[in-house]
Amino acid sequence: MNQVVFWGTRGSLPVSLTHSDIRERIVAALTAANGKNFRTRAALDDFVDKLPFSVAGTFGGNSSCVEIVGDGNDHFICDMGSGARPLGQAKIARFGVPNPQTYHIFISHLHWDHLMGFPYFAPMYIPGNRIVVHGCHADLERAIRLQMQSPSFPVDYSQAGARIEFDVMAPDQPRYISGINVTPKKQRHAGDSYGYRFESLDKTVVYSTDSEHKLENPEEHAEFSQFFNKADLVIFDAMYSLAEAVSVKADWGHSSNIVGVELCQAAAVKRLALFHHEPVHDDGSRAPLEIISAYDGLTIAL
Amino acid sequence: MAYLPFDQEPSPYAMMNLPTREQAGVLIVSVSGAQGHPPVLLDFGGVDYISSAGLRVLMMASRRAKAQKGAFAIAALQPLVQEVFAISRFNLIVPCYASVDSACKVLGS
Repeated sequence: MNQVVFWGTRGSLPVSLTHSDIRERIVAALTAANGKNFRTRAALDDFVDKLPFSVAGTFGGNSSCVEIVGDGNDHFICDMGSGARPLGQAKIARFGVPNPQTYHIFISHLHWDHLMGFPYFAPMYIPGNRIVVHGCHADLERAIRLQMQSPSFPVDYSQAGARIEFDVMAPDQPRYISGINVTPKKQRHAGDSYGYRFESLDKTVVYSTDSEHKLENPEEHAEFSQFFNKADLVIFDAMYSLAEAVSVKADWGHSSNIVGVELCQAAAVKRLALFHHEPVHDDGSRAPLEIISAYDGLTIAL
Repeated sequence: MAYLPFDQEPSPYAMMNLPTREQAGVLIVSVSGAQGHPPVLLDFGGVDYISSAGLRVLMMASRRAKAQKGAFAIAALQPLVQEVFAISRFNLIVPCYASVDSACKVLGS
């Protein structure tokens, strides 16, 4: 493993910048420019790079979809939120058709925001491709098929050109898949969710979203410290503030940035990516930390 | 107003008595007093670190105070602790004041 690409980082529901959002950013950028002249594109880029993230960037709006770039030819994807659509398009653009590929997709759980991109994942319509959907829910295949039926979707599941297989994994049981050891772990979420620990010869990545952590449960803390242990990167559900997570949104199945930092410190993790951003938060509502906050299109070198 | 820490001069409202005695090798604390529910203020001037567990305790204290129709607040947060309060949004749950004096002006009125 050498790279992780975030194709969708938003939680619960895809969102988009609005007309007024864009306008406010343009006004903010022009105000910051304050009449400056930019003689070259490089000078302009340099200026934009110095603008605040909330003016020059965005966390993006696609729901959960993360790609882990392995050392072999097979593709590794965590969840099929709406970010799976641009991911699929990028794969078609890069590998062309026909050029059979194998995709290993790991599903954290069956809630809609983690599956909704599957019908828009272009490689599934290309004959010759092989798609293996891994997960720990017994009704994994039924849930995938369900959203590609009338009246929910115009294209029936049977129209898929790719060979689609389903692999129901067992929690805490490592599975060796195309050069990577993958270990699922059960997490606290409505209907259960599962995190995945990916280990290659020299790198470890943990994908742990839609997972609530109870502060009063030291055993659970120890379990997740072990699950995250010495990972190069942990992708962590930081949807709510801690105040929300322990009060009005307790038992809603999500965690906070504070708990992510504490768990990753306890586990001696090298890097933490805050993930599954609350849709109602704008790009400026989350104070910057000395930690990565993942956004759609972000690529991390491991 | 009950004002913590207790090593300072108590206000006239702090009426709780905690006399101790020993009996058969057991330390016995006899609690008496504490008429009414005066506002409680935590002086965080000496706190330079707080974890999620500590924040959770503050949440529980705040809830208990609300249930008893009392006031619960924190004063004099150090910059790093103040940042943790802002990031965790606990500053929206527990009233925070710049200093003990400024808190007393509000809570004591």
